[in-house]
Amino acid sequence: MAWFKRKEKGITTSTQEKKDTPKGLWYKSPTGKIVDAKELEKNFYVSPEDGYHVRIGSNEYFEILFDDNKYKELDAKLESKDPLKFEDTKKYPERLKAAQEKTKLKDAVRTAVGKSKGNDLVIACMDFSFIGGSMGSVVGEKIARAADYSLKKKIPFMIISKSGGARMMEAALSLMQLAKTSVKLAQLADAGIPYISLCTDPTTGGTTASFAMLGDINISEPGALIGFAGPRIVRDTTGKELPEGFQTSEFLLEHGFLDFITHRNELKNRVNQYIDLVLNQPLRA
Amino acid sequence: MEYLEFELPIKELEDQLQKCQIIGTESEVDVTETCKQIEKKLLATKKDIYKNLTPWQRVQMSRHPNRPYTLDYIKALCGESFLELHGDRTFKDDKAMIGGLGKIGDQSFMFIGQQKGYNTKTRQYRNFGMANPEGYRKALRLMKSAEKFGIPVVTLLDTPGAYPGLEAEERGQGEAIARNILEMTRLKVPIITIVIGEGASGGALGIGVGDKVLMLENTWYSVISPESCSSILWRSWEYKEQAADALKLTATDMKKLKIVDEIIKEPLGGAHQDREKTFATVSAAILKTFEELKNLSPKDLVDQRMGKYANMGVYKG
Repeated sequence: MAWFKRKEKGITTSTQEKKDTPKGLWYKSPTGKIVDAKELEKNFYVSPEDGYHVRIGSNEYFEILFDDNKYKELDAKLESKDPLKFEDTKKYPERLKAAQEKTKLKDAVRTAVGKSKGNDLVIACMDFSFIGGSMGSVVGEKIARAADYSLKKKIPFMIISKSGGARMMEAALSLMQLAKTSVKLAQLADAGIPYISLCTDPTTGGTTASFAMLGDINISEPGALIGFAGPRIVRDTTGKELPEGFQTSEFLLEHGFLDFITHRNELKNRVNQYIDLVLNQPLRA
Repeated sequence: MEYLEFELPIKELEDQLQKCQIIGTESEVDVTETCKQIEKKLLATKKDIYKNLTPWQRVQMSRHPNRPYTLDYIKALCGESFLELHGDRTFKDDKAMIGGLGKIGDQSFMFIGQQKGYNTKTRQYRNFGMANPEGYRKALRLMKSAEKFGIPVVTLLDTPGAYPGLEAEERGQGEAIARNILEMTRLKVPIITIVIGEGASGGALGIGVGDKVLMLENTWYSVISPESCSSILWRSWEYKEQAADALKLTATDMKKLKIVDEIIKEPLGGAHQDREKTFATVSAAILKTFEELKNLSPKDLVDQRMGKYANMGVYKG
């Protein structure tokens, strides 16, 4: 007779009672490395073993770039309307509502001003989780107003792009946001205020065809996808196999469209180093 | 002349009319009355079809193979005075983007536009009107050159999009378009933009930031083509008609949204039905628009243009 025996047959623990690993405790990188979520946060959301830069949102970027995570959000209340009464498989207002509930965000960009290494910096940071970080009227208007703030107060300006491109549900109005944001960047340029463009994974379409490529410096993180046409469209149109590393930040650096690539733990230092150098002011430690 | 599917009732009546006229000349039968009847019906049918085009039918009209293209307009407008200029001075000459100087009356203009081909061979040569980065850089070079000499710029938009190719990406398609858009917002000479065919997304806007933007009646302008929109949002190519409706891409919609300033009327049945008349209307529109802009100082011009684009967008809060 076996020295142990199940008293009752079968598994009797109900599903509710099962001890499951709480969500968000572990993160698995694309190469299969498992990271403790706390470790990941401490490491700037970069997987320590393989250096994979996890996609993060405005909350995390503000935390990384602003001193003590202190900042004042600008125009936080702007929301999208539905000027075209756009409907595909879903009505646009329903899509917006669903995205707002899911992400707790108002739209695909947040803008803020705060201190970075002691000096003021205005940052517009896109959130990919909100309808693919797509640019509609709200994204255009918030970026424009943030640039105006920079212009008025003479504060360096930074946009963190993370977007699939223009928002289809606002059609031509979305397209015109390319021109609108460019107007503001031209004004900043004429006033001699530095503009830093950080292209993160992914930066494609209308974003690339406007502010993402128009920085006094364009910089990126390792391994980010950056391009005008998405890789699938390029493959389908040309019928060619795409070379390895096509449209990665390393590829763009090699072809002359980025100034440098920085690990996220060096981002704050590099950005402020550039600002100090270009404005010919003392380097901050 | 080629016919689109919805134009087939017109073709039928035109064939009937032709037969009727042949009978009239070849036999003794008096067919004057019958021919007149057919003509009357033909006109009524045309009016009925062309006055009630759906957005998707407008898209088809904008792609009509007999439609005049950029060089047709420029040659008709400027005649012998047109001097085509080539190259971006960096990489090559893009055949999908053409440009050059020409005169309408006494006034010189810098013309820039995407160019499509009219048969298989020339379509390939022109890359179907899809420019590469060097095309946008050539356009910018010509605009800067116009600015230097105080020559107004006229851009003619007709493209299914910027070319989504491997080399185009390597050479920075996004950067090239972005740079053009930014520089156009502050160019110190008047820019008149006319959509003469397809105005597809960034590829069109890359030469489309104007003080005044005009659209021919049977053209479209949007952030994406109805086909691609259908494939992304409906995950199928079958919903292009719904997508065309949803995108509000017609000249009338664009005027309502205040993205374009004026609609240029086309002859009944489209620009290709009476090319001379189309060219004359476009020529007059350019001159009239230039009259409105020519006395503005460079500063006022740029301020006004920047103000116009800075105001685009609909939001709340």
